[in-house]
This record gives sequence, structure tokens and C-alpha cells, in this order.
Amino acid sequence: MGFEQIIFYLLSAVLLASAVSMVTVRNPVYAALFLILAFFNSAALWVMLEAEFLGVVLILVYVGAVMVLFLFVIMMLDINIDVMREGFIKYLPVGLLVAVVVAAEMVMVLTNKSLHIPKPTPQPADYNNTEVLGEQLYTYYVYPFEIAAVILLVAIIAAITLTHRKRPPSTKSQNPSDQVKVKSTDRVRIVKMKSESTGGD
Amino acid sequence: MIPLSHFLIVGGLLFAISIAGIFLNRKNVLIILMCIELMLLAVNINFISFSHYLQDMAGQVFVFFILTVAAAEAAIGLAILVVLFRNRGTINVEELDEMKG
Repeated sequence: MGFEQIIFYLLSAVLLASAVSMVTVRNPVYAALFLILAFFNSAALWVMLEAEFLGVVLILVYVGAVMVLFLFVIMMLDINIDVMREGFIKYLPVGLLVAVVVAAEMVMVLTNKSLHIPKPTPQPADYNNTEVLGEQLYTYYVYPFEIAAVILLVAIIAAITLTHRKRPPSTKSQNPSDQVKVKSTDRVRIVKMKSESTGGD
Repeated sequence: MIPLSHFLIVGGLLFAISIAGIFLNRKNVLIILMCIELMLLAVNINFISFSHYLQDMAGQVFVFFILTVAAAEAAIGLAILVVLFRNRGTINVEELDEMKG
């Protein structure tokens, strides 16, 4: 067994073990941390498959942003873990059955002889995965790329409008449109009156 | 040399584990969302291994878009979850029967 195979089986074993721990562990915080471990291991697998850019993106985007968001929400919500664990034992047999059937069927299909594609020759040392991917993205896939940007914008707006809370009326705030629309006559009041003597004479 | 099928089997097992996770934790929306992330990861592993073995860059481009959509989905899902918890005080799936579906 070569060095590459040892690394592959080690990474896959840790990946599957962390996935199993994620679905069985009691505390949602630990589940999120095990999911982070799974993301790290699959990023390493992707680097083995010469997808270096996506491996780095998986760690930066998923571990750096999405999982931190998950941890924020888990710690913000006050969840009663014991109530959430009800039915774990009840659904264990059917869940395991479905998972075993799905896994067995997939293994039967995926060990088919037609999938024994020989491993391609490794790319030369000066091969740049990021450059090749970027070239594809900005030429053939430029419209899907822009649609993806729009999807992210829609997600930002949706997330903010969903969670934004109206401020109580007692808080003082500026209204920019009122500030722009204001005229000088609204601010200065000219009062016509006779001059008054200061008394005495 | 690692054959293609080994990478695909890792992806398939990961997918099966996340299906079991949805069954086991069907009361907790947070864990269900995390299981969906794990499913998307399994699909991405398949895409990248095919992309490598067939020497076709389109698979990696597709993974890029899946990552984008998954990030958007996680953000909106968590926002809905926060609003839900604010209004109902629980994220228990059993108690979310407002629409009587």
C-alpha cells in the first residue's frame, strides 16, 4: 500500500467517523464542531484530487463563514437538548435501515466495472488549478457566475429583512430623505416687528 | 493507485450517514440543516472525483456553484430559524404544525 493510499484511507476514515459523530452526538455545539472536522478532511481529499482552489474555498467559506454562522445561531437560541433528543431511540432502527439500504445500493452500483477509470497522469508542477478554473468561470460560465452573484445578493437581503427588528419609537434616528427635502423656510422663521427702545430716555 | 470507485463510495457513505442523521434528529431543525450541508458535501465529492478522473473542469465549476447556493441556503435557513424561535420560542419540528399540512 503506497503513501497516497494510506493518506486517502486515513482521511476518509476520519471524515466518515466525524460524520457519524455529528449525527449521534447530544450537544448541537459538538455536532457543529464535528461537521467542521468533516469539512477539513474533505478539503484535504479535494486537494488530493487536484482541486486545490475548491479545497481552500471549502475551508474559507464553510468553516470560516457558514459554520461560524451555525455556531452563532446554536449559542443564541436557548434549546432544551433533552426534549430535542426525544425519539432518537425510537427512530434509530428505521434510520439505520434506510441508511444501510442506501449505502448498500450505492456501493453495489459504484463498484461496477465501468467505473474503473484509470487514474490520469498527475499534472506538471507548474499547473495552476486556480488559473484553469478562473479561465473556465470567466469565459464559458460567465453568465451562471453572474447569476450566482445575484443569488448571494438575494440571500443577503432576505436574511437581513427576515431577522431585522423594528426599533422602538423612543430611539432617535436620522431620516435622510427628510433631511434632503428640507427647505430654508422650514428652518428659519423671519419675524417682522417694530424696533423696541431699551427704556430710559 | 486509488480507483475512482473508492472516492465515490466515500461520497455515497457520507450521503447515507446524513440521511440517517435526518431520521435520528428529526426534532431538531438545526441538526437537520447541518445534515443537508453534509449531503451537499457528499455530492461535491462525487463531482470533484469525476472531474479529476475524466479530466473535465466542468465538474469543479459545478461544485463552485453548489457551494454558492449552499451558502445562500444556509444563511436564509438560519434566518428563518431565528425568526421562528423568536415567534414560537421553540425549534421543535413536532410543534411547528401551524399550517396543518
